[in-house]
Amino acid sequence: MWARWIVGVRASELGLRASTGGLLRVSGAGCAGRRQQERSSSEEAALKKTPLFDFHKKHGGKMVEFAGWIMPVQYKDSHIASHVHTREHCSIFDVSHMLQTKIHGKDRVKFMESLVVSDIAELKDNQSTLSLFTNEKGGIMDDLIVTKTDQGYLYVVSNAGCADKDSVHMKARLAECKVAGLDVDLEFPDEALIAVQGPAMSRVLQEGLKEDLSKLTFMTSTLATVFGIPDCRVTRCGYTGEDGVEISVHHSRVVDLTEKLLTNSEVKLAGLGARDSLRLEAGLCLYGNDIDETTTPVEAGLVWTIGKRRRQTKDFPGADVIVPQIKAKTARKRVGLVSTGPPVRQHTPILCPHGQVIGEVTSGCPSPCLKKNIAMGYVDAAFAKNGTSIQVEIRKKTLPATVSKMPFVPTNYYSG
Amino acid sequence: MAVCVLLRSFSSNFSTVLPLLTRSASRCPLQLAPKPYFGRTVASANTLVTLKFTDKHEWIRVEDDGVGTVGISNFAQEALGDVVYCGLPEVGTQLAQQDEFGALESVKAASELYSPLTGEVVEVNTLLADNPGLVNKSCYKDGWLMKMTIANPAELDSLMDEPAYERYIRSIEE
Repeated sequence: MWARWIVGVRASELGLRASTGGLLRVSGAGCAGRRQQERSSSEEAALKKTPLFDFHKKHGGKMVEFAGWIMPVQYKDSHIASHVHTREHCSIFDVSHMLQTKIHGKDRVKFMESLVVSDIAELKDNQSTLSLFTNEKGGIMDDLIVTKTDQGYLYVVSNAGCADKDSVHMKARLAECKVAGLDVDLEFPDEALIAVQGPAMSRVLQEGLKEDLSKLTFMTSTLATVFGIPDCRVTRCGYTGEDGVEISVHHSRVVDLTEKLLTNSEVKLAGLGARDSLRLEAGLCLYGNDIDETTTPVEAGLVWTIGKRRRQTKDFPGADVIVPQIKAKTARKRVGLVSTGPPVRQHTPILCPHGQVIGEVTSGCPSPCLKKNIAMGYVDAAFAKNGTSIQVEIRKKTLPATVSKMPFVPTNYYSG
Repeated sequence: MAVCVLLRSFSSNFSTVLPLLTRSASRCPLQLAPKPYFGRTVASANTLVTLKFTDKHEWIRVEDDGVGTVGISNFAQEALGDVVYCGLPEVGTQLAQQDEFGALESVKAASELYSPLTGEVVEVNTLLADNPGLVNKSCYKDGWLMKMTIANPAELDSLMDEPAYERYIRSIEE
């Protein structure tokens, strides 16, 4: 057998090294969708490590390359066990590879609004929202979470695979703003980021917090001392569909924080493998697969991210392309798919019942919770209605599939 | 459900335990009854050994009736992770050595399967349809994938015996 990894991970994971014939052929994307090459140990040394790197190895983490970082794809538990544990108890994910940015200054909201589709001014203090950097063609440059803190800065978390692109983009706009006399500054803090996700999160975390966690609802953020570690930013959000938080903490304290969380027997470490199957079950897009610079927010089904005011003022990149699409609709739409039989993966062709190609899968995997195959892809708009029967082509065979609403697995966001 | 699976594995243990004991026995192709033998012998040209490996991590075991049982190695099932789907060939499929005969899928990976020898598929492990995890739990026994005729026994010599396969794994892990 020749194992092909599906999402952006390469030959060295799980101890299998590529022989000269290439034991593991890597296909598919993570962020950026490039084929990973076998690396020598010196090239591996050039990959970036989070402050939890040694900790991951000590805990049996199987390390793989992702977006220029060396990250755990799983630990000693199997992928499915780790996935299910997150849905039933609580898992910690190291997401320190993601880009964290703080935007300071009196004109920080104006600055941010010039780059994204959202109404930032209307956000309440400490409220967070999913937003999109767009380009002049109306394509999505990255998806991100922006929080309007009450500390005088906007706090932004964006994808690791777009870190260079995003920081160049923000710095270029910063330079323009400064020339125009605006008061704004960027900071890239030296902080680690962990996600603590699952129904047990609130009882696990409450033990380490003075503040009442029941008051921190989905998509709100606060500063707190967590298990004695000061200056943690705790945001009730995540990428699994479960109740959870992301905690930003100084890099020197993240091992301590993670160890303290792990003393609770309900908590286990989880890696990028489970992270991907969890987010797909929750219907959440993966940048580079499901959304990229060739997809507009309307095609991607992310119209809700576009602020009501912004639709009128059309003052974000690509607005002239995007806003008319809201009424006119688009030729293709992102949909969910469900099937049985062989799993549906990225690049699987989607066919109409008569066998014509009507789209392509952008990400897919067997769902550990549903025990069916789930996927996302783009199809011609005529086939985008939930319940539509379509086909997928896998290894030269056509198999039935059904367009499905998302999330595939009900979400459990905490609304108070 | 689980009890049924246990009983099936229990009964299959009896049928496979004898070949395992005789795995390293030197046998003449005409010999019909296996003789228990607990040592390891090195394969030689005209010997049918009962477990041989390909460089793509399939194994083939020649049964008493001359049919070859095919599966994937422990090394491969560990690398693949939890198998969730087995794509196996139809009975009657003619395969040349190294022909692709199917695929195994885990949550994150897909692996094509390549035939260790030339022959015809005579049986497929239908238990894997409802219980693909057998490939992980019992890759040499209950998780067998298919059985095939051996059209050209000399092809067995091109495969690795267990010690050679162990060495091969160690070399690619470095």
